[in-house]
Amino acid sequence: MLKLTNITKTFNAGTVNEKTALSGVNLHLKPGDFATIIGSNGAGKSTMFNAICGDFMTDTGSVVLDGEDITFTKVHERARRIGRLFQDPMRGSAPGMSIEENLSLAAGHGGWFSSISKEDRARFRERLALLGMGLEDRMKQPVGLLSGGQRQALTLMMATLDVPKLLLLDEHTAALDPATAEKVLEITNSIVKEHKITTLMVTHNMQNALDMGNRVLMMDSGKIVLDIDEEAKKGLGVNDLLDKFKEGSGKALDNDRILLS
Amino acid sequence: MSLAIVFNLGETALQLGLICSLTVLALFLSYSMLNVCDLSTDGCFTFGACVGAVVAISGHPLLSIPAAMLAGVISGFVTAFLQTRMGVDSLLAGIIVNTALYSVNIAVMGGSSLLNMNKTETVFTMFKSAFNNSTVGSRNILIVTAIIVAVIIAFLTMFLRTRLGLAIRATGNNQDMVKSSSIDPVFTTTVGLCVANAFTGLSGCLLGQAQKSVSIDIGSGMLTVALASLLIGNTFMGKGSILKRAVGVVLGSVIFRIVYTIALRFNMPAFMLKFVSSVIVVIAISGPYLKSQYPMLLRRLKAKKGGSENA
Repeated sequence: MLKLTNITKTFNAGTVNEKTALSGVNLHLKPGDFATIIGSNGAGKSTMFNAICGDFMTDTGSVVLDGEDITFTKVHERARRIGRLFQDPMRGSAPGMSIEENLSLAAGHGGWFSSISKEDRARFRERLALLGMGLEDRMKQPVGLLSGGQRQALTLMMATLDVPKLLLLDEHTAALDPATAEKVLEITNSIVKEHKITTLMVTHNMQNALDMGNRVLMMDSGKIVLDIDEEAKKGLGVNDLLDKFKEGSGKALDNDRILLS
Repeated sequence: MSLAIVFNLGETALQLGLICSLTVLALFLSYSMLNVCDLSTDGCFTFGACVGAVVAISGHPLLSIPAAMLAGVISGFVTAFLQTRMGVDSLLAGIIVNTALYSVNIAVMGGSSLLNMNKTETVFTMFKSAFNNSTVGSRNILIVTAIIVAVIIAFLTMFLRTRLGLAIRATGNNQDMVKSSSIDPVFTTTVGLCVANAFTGLSGCLLGQAQKSVSIDIGSGMLTVALASLLIGNTFMGKGSILKRAVGVVLGSVIFRIVYTIALRFNMPAFMLKFVSSVIVVIAISGPYLKSQYPMLLRRLKAKKGGSENA
């Protein structure tokens, strides 16, 4: 479904601030793969997502999604087939607009001059009810009134209303309290399973990384240093994962958030 | 002062308020919705006035309206193109277009800085002759403008409810979200500015024809006047549906003109208009900010007082 070939990206090349964010990333996701990604801060996880979404042009390499080379496609054109959630719950929705208006924009149906129809509303209602947050009764309210967890759940809904070929989750529960984070993860799991969406999820929670999905990827210094498939993942504990990381990168994970979770 | 004079003044204020409310509606779209402060407004207003006047003088009063709107669209497109495709800062893009339009406007008026339309047939005189000698005919400017404003409000509320309208609102709200909804913010910004400036051009065209003359500085200070009206409208109507807010900004424009007319009756010289509008804009923008700072200031003063007593 997704094929990254030898992606490199160096920021501020030729200056003292030169930073190689990605140094030869190769990744092949099969349709329906749900891979979690772990790695320290600065390992290149978000940069890889940015490269997939087209936020910047990569220095080398190619991005192929569903058989189509999208290396030089613009951000909003790629977004047709890629759903994306950020760590910041505020980034995914427009606060000054109502829930149904946000959903309608994300749904992407109809021409430029179409407006929200009765059928649309019924569909939004039905989908929102799945979240179990009571949002289906607040469709006319501005999104700015929702809590972070509700907004992130709504963004998830928006990103998957038109089932994307690829779903990118960039620590989308990191800014939420533990109970809400769990709820959002549950919703994530059920939506991904329901539509069999190919998904990449960055997380700093090792247990989540093991519990969710069928693959675990580890990144370090702009490379994928470890790729654990479904078979190898079975019976693996957090400590095994830390050991494997040491093997893969030749150093211990130095991230507090990872060690603590 | 006799009642007739009061009535007359009220009508003039209402006319001016309604004509300029089209520029306020333009800012409602570009400033409140798209979150772009379009500084080309003054020049675009004059551009619409000049083009409208030239077309009317050449004998096509009805054609002057779409022509002025088209002029606005072109101006808006250039502003949008500069800021979305050429990497020019959005404020700067407006200023640049505004400056360039000064030359363009004089060129449109055939090298002169003043056009007289005393004997020209305009949309207003056309209406007047259609309803000859009746009360409807004598209120020609008011009625024609009111109809046009109503049409524009209806169009704007419908437009902002469409997918394109929603996308424009979202562009001013959260660009990331627009991109992830596979909509190009460059496109929505361009459309938004084109539509907004079409209103501005129309506004200028109507003012020129109502005054029966167009001078090169007909639009100067219009941005501030319109911004003041917009903010007055916002305070009166606050949040609510798009229709309510659009009606609110038109009301704001009329209120501004009425207050200004009253001030003139109290012997305020006419040249003070622009000063007054600047003061209103400052009050409307900084008022809420200062109000939010006030309790903190009070606490600080109290603490200072208390501190010196303790020492």
